[in-house]
Amino acid sequence: MNAIELRNLTKAYPQFTVDHVSLEVKKGFITGLIGPNGVGKSTLIKMMLGMVRPDSGSVKILGLDMPKDELEIKQRIGIVSDDCFYYEHLTVSDSMKMIAPFYKKWNEKKFNRYLEQFELSPKKKVEDLSKGMKVKFSLAIALSHEAELLIMDEPTSGLDPVFRRELLDLLADMMQDENNSIIFSTHITTDLDRVADYIAFINRGKLVFNEAKDEVLDRYAILKGDQQLLDSDVRNKFVGIRETAVGFEGLVDNRQEAEQLFGNYVVFNKPSLEDIMYFTAKGGRIHA
Amino acid sequence: MNIILSNSSSDPIYIQILNQIRQSILSGELRAGDSLPSIRQLAKDLQISVITTKRAYEELEKEKLIDSVAGKGCFVSGANKDFIREQRMKLLEEKLIDIIRESKELSMSRQNLIDHLTLLFEEEQKP
Repeated sequence: MNAIELRNLTKAYPQFTVDHVSLEVKKGFITGLIGPNGVGKSTLIKMMLGMVRPDSGSVKILGLDMPKDELEIKQRIGIVSDDCFYYEHLTVSDSMKMIAPFYKKWNEKKFNRYLEQFELSPKKKVEDLSKGMKVKFSLAIALSHEAELLIMDEPTSGLDPVFRRELLDLLADMMQDENNSIIFSTHITTDLDRVADYIAFINRGKLVFNEAKDEVLDRYAILKGDQQLLDSDVRNKFVGIRETAVGFEGLVDNRQEAEQLFGNYVVFNKPSLEDIMYFTAKGGRIHA
Repeated sequence: MNIILSNSSSDPIYIQILNQIRQSILSGELRAGDSLPSIRQLAKDLQISVITTKRAYEELEKEKLIDSVAGKGCFVSGANKDFIREQRMKLLEEKLIDIIRESKELSMSRQNLIDHLTLLFEEEQKP
């Protein structure tokens, strides 16, 4: 069962194109949507939410069709975005009063508990909240109507490290129920990726992979060694290479093959998701 | 039971979990019928992926050290008693070998060591 199913989703802009992206987000798991800035992560999420119309392709959320079943879908999902889409001149508690009636399963007790936990004053105006507070506010709304799917677009960019860690616990709480699912997009791949089960990597409007995180990290490897080892055949094995006067550092996506090829001539390191993102985005030869 | 994960270990995280739970079972800290944290709870506590904890539990199930009961969670299995006993005997033997080496350094004779052990054994038996 999939929480989200995107089929051949395409949207062309003058600057860039989201190009035939098919993506399945598995139910019961946390999926991280990673990629550099401006490669289509937010556009993809906006298309899931019906905020951007795709040129072609289809979106299914919780087994229902977007945009046909949009009303039912929106009842069952929670959204946290980097942009704040609440009225700036209202207070937190007035915003809540306006939003709550839209949700059939609104749980005010839960909402007030989150306000307390997040140290958000109900009397404060939305415009007076800091960036991090705004994220906390939308998180409180998202978690207070029994959402089965949480969609987060760059949720951590305005948050301090302390709350980022707290957020991990909140997400894990939600995931104690295996019917729930979470997808978040991020270009910071250090804290949230700890808890991610699957990683979907978007680069230049295309899906590079969508795999279990552990498998990705096992499959890729960072190689370091002498530049003399690099001829044109060998170079083709790399996703990206960074060459300097004192050696090369490169990413391969087939560790086993690379181990057979290079043996003990190079040093093998475990890549981080950031390494994978960097070398894939840069590609080819990088001169430093 | 504690599970301590190390980032600097060369073992993958699921192996670290596997080894530590196995150790707790073999040492007798966890006994047959004891419940283990759920896959999702453990993932939350360790702040890691559910897939990783699931994999560790699946391996433990393969070794017949734990049983998973649908809807109830995971329990230390009683099925593999012989294996556990064998493993604990192995640990005991290792300790005995240490003792023998130590006694040699103290230049105790074999009889000397046995007498000493018998004495301690009897003392332990007393209420």
